[in-house]
Amino acid sequence: MPWSRIKPDTNEPEFLSQDMHGSATRGLAASEPDFQRGGPTGRRISYGEATNEALSQALSLDPRVFVMGQGVDDPSGMFGATKNLHLTYGRERVFDTPLAETALSGIAVGAALGGMRPVYFHNRPDFLLLAMDQLVNHAAKWHYMFGGAASVPLVFWACVGRGWGSAAQHSQALQGLFMHVPGLKLVMPSTCYDAKGLMLAAIADNNPVLIIDHRMNFKQRGIVPEEPYTVPLGKGVIRRNGRDVTVVAVSHLVTEAFLAAQELAGEGIEAEIIDPRTLRPLDEELILSSVARTGRLVVCDTGWKTGGVTAEIAALVAEKGFGSLRAPIARVANPDLPTPAGYTLEQAYYIGKDDIRRAIVNTVRGQEA
Amino acid sequence: MSLTFEAKRNLWRSMLRIRRVQERIESEYLKDEMKTPVHLYIGQEAIATGVCAALRADDAINSNHRSHGHYLAKGGDLKAMMAELFCRSTGCSKGYGGSMHLVDVAHGNMGTSAIVGGGIPIGTGQGLAFQMQKLDRVSVVFFGDGAADEGTFYESLNFALLKKLPVVYVMENNGWAVCSPTNTRHCGDNVFHKGATDRLFSAKIDGNDPELVLETAQKAVERARRGEGPSFIECVTYRILGHAGCVSQDPKGYRDLAEIEAWRMRCPVCAYQAKLLAECALDAQALAEAETEISAEIDAAFAFARQSPLPTAADLHHNLFCE
Ligand SMILES: Cc1ncc(C[n+]2csc(CCOP(=O)(O)OP(=O)(O)O)c2C)c(N)n1
Repeated sequence: MPWSRIKPDTNEPEFLSQDMHGSATRGLAASEPDFQRGGPTGRRISYGEATNEALSQALSLDPRVFVMGQGVDDPSGMFGATKNLHLTYGRERVFDTPLAETALSGIAVGAALGGMRPVYFHNRPDFLLLAMDQLVNHAAKWHYMFGGAASVPLVFWACVGRGWGSAAQHSQALQGLFMHVPGLKLVMPSTCYDAKGLMLAAIADNNPVLIIDHRMNFKQRGIVPEEPYTVPLGKGVIRRNGRDVTVVAVSHLVTEAFLAAQELAGEGIEAEIIDPRTLRPLDEELILSSVARTGRLVVCDTGWKTGGVTAEIAALVAEKGFGSLRAPIARVANPDLPTPAGYTLEQAYYIGKDDIRRAIVNTVRGQEA
Repeated sequence: MSLTFEAKRNLWRSMLRIRRVQERIESEYLKDEMKTPVHLYIGQEAIATGVCAALRADDAINSNHRSHGHYLAKGGDLKAMMAELFCRSTGCSKGYGGSMHLVDVAHGNMGTSAIVGGGIPIGTGQGLAFQMQKLDRVSVVFFGDGAADEGTFYESLNFALLKKLPVVYVMENNGWAVCSPTNTRHCGDNVFHKGATDRLFSAKIDGNDPELVLETAQKAVERARRGEGPSFIECVTYRILGHAGCVSQDPKGYRDLAEIEAWRMRCPVCAYQAKLLAECALDAQALAEAETEISAEIDAAFAFARQSPLPTAADLHHNLFCE
């Protein structure tokens, strides 16, 4: 599909420095050359290249790591994420699979129990539903159910599709379903730097980790250090400081929220943008301390509204941060509908910068604004 | 097989129509008016055509992401299909489904899933419903070799055998699942070609021969109607174009150009047309007339699609639940 026409390739916005420990240290001035922002060895590379580099380094550093999935050795290599890895590491360690997602998910669990560290690429979250039994009934339970006797170090990866009539079965953002499951770590990167660091952290983790990426992220270019590094799971990051309202956004909506906040800065509203990076474990402390400063919360997610990520984060703040709230919590999420195929319907369906902007203004100025 | 000349011409015409529709979609795809991922059926026309020729209007079909041929061969309206590809309100799914989600209830096509293997149990369930209602309708499931990787296939066939369901499983082995060849995903022939032959009618045939497909499908369908249970037909064919989109969107380097060329030489439409001409079942005039008619029908369908209204934001919340 002509992705270049759905979203052009863009450089990531000038976020706050993407410090490894998730604290809000300021980046170098915008006037500094690009390469300095990601540290001395950072280069500007694409999101796919960043993910690919993480996999490549994991494969070269740890002989237990292997990459599997339908199409990982395709010419396009999973939007670039797995491209050409089989040439470097061989088809024993980077291999195409039959479509059989249900059994192969169990096979990945078994391989993890047998001493390997599988990374299973599923292309779209929609196909993860075939993996649900092994992921939820088995992988997520194994360590607990056997009193810690065994562990399942595996990574599942899937990328949310969007646009060009992807329609109801090729565009689902199912993080809400997976966030519900204890024993499963859930990662949603939004920058090239994090795509690499979170992948390396997920592979190093001794638990089942699900990374849900987004097709829109793959249109980004950002500063990424060349050496291997990890971004800790469970640590969010402040992408922009602001005093008036806390905006928690995930995945590609971090950029949308950031752009909305930049616009609103000109109108006297300063929004703080928080990127949780992992939804499970969730960096509750970061969100609650921000809301304690701003007194307001807008939550944005690429998934559905009911029973999903925005519901969970709103509930967290209502439960533990109620005292700081000065306005009702606002949620920006996809409507509770299957994704329609037609582009006019897609346009009405998807949320973005303008929806976030509206929610911020309403939250800060009251509904009449 | 003794088919009348008319029956042969009908097979040929159905294949030609599917081919010309696919070619037109392909040639116009880069205009970006059809904002939907298209999976073209070029090279596989004999399968949908031959199988559907063995069916009654009230028999059911279940298909997959590559469904244009099945939809048309079963009697689907071309205008409604093209309007769906143009994302219009007049489309068979009113613009909510797109190319991968065609539906045609009037001809027993209850909707198409793009989850590979997803349609196989559903088609099996339709067979169960026909059996429970003591109807002599048959349910046909079209799926690719990729779907035969999935557990749903084996689980469904086991259940169909257990219950002797009136289901015909038609596997279109076109050599590829996206960029993965069948022989890197399957270890030799499908297990259902062996071992279960006392319970299952199974056949592996040339899927580019429409008469052979029809003949084999007829046997399977008659068996199903008599209450003798399911069948499994593997049709060997080839996906001449890329997995999705038009020719220029097919990535390079994953398959041998000579392989594509060899299968192009075995084009089912050209081969069958040549055969009918040689048999005098078809003449140059009938051929020219069919081409003209089909071309006019396609023009009209594209014009209809382009002129049709687009759904609007006000339509977004319709149809989540049935009234
Ligand atoms: C469960 C599932 N896994 C993966 C995909 C992605 N996908 C779509 S079509 C396809 C290949 C299917 O191959 P096959 O069944 O042989 O049909 P063909 O495309 O060759 O007609 C794949 C992998 C999907 N839609 N559903």
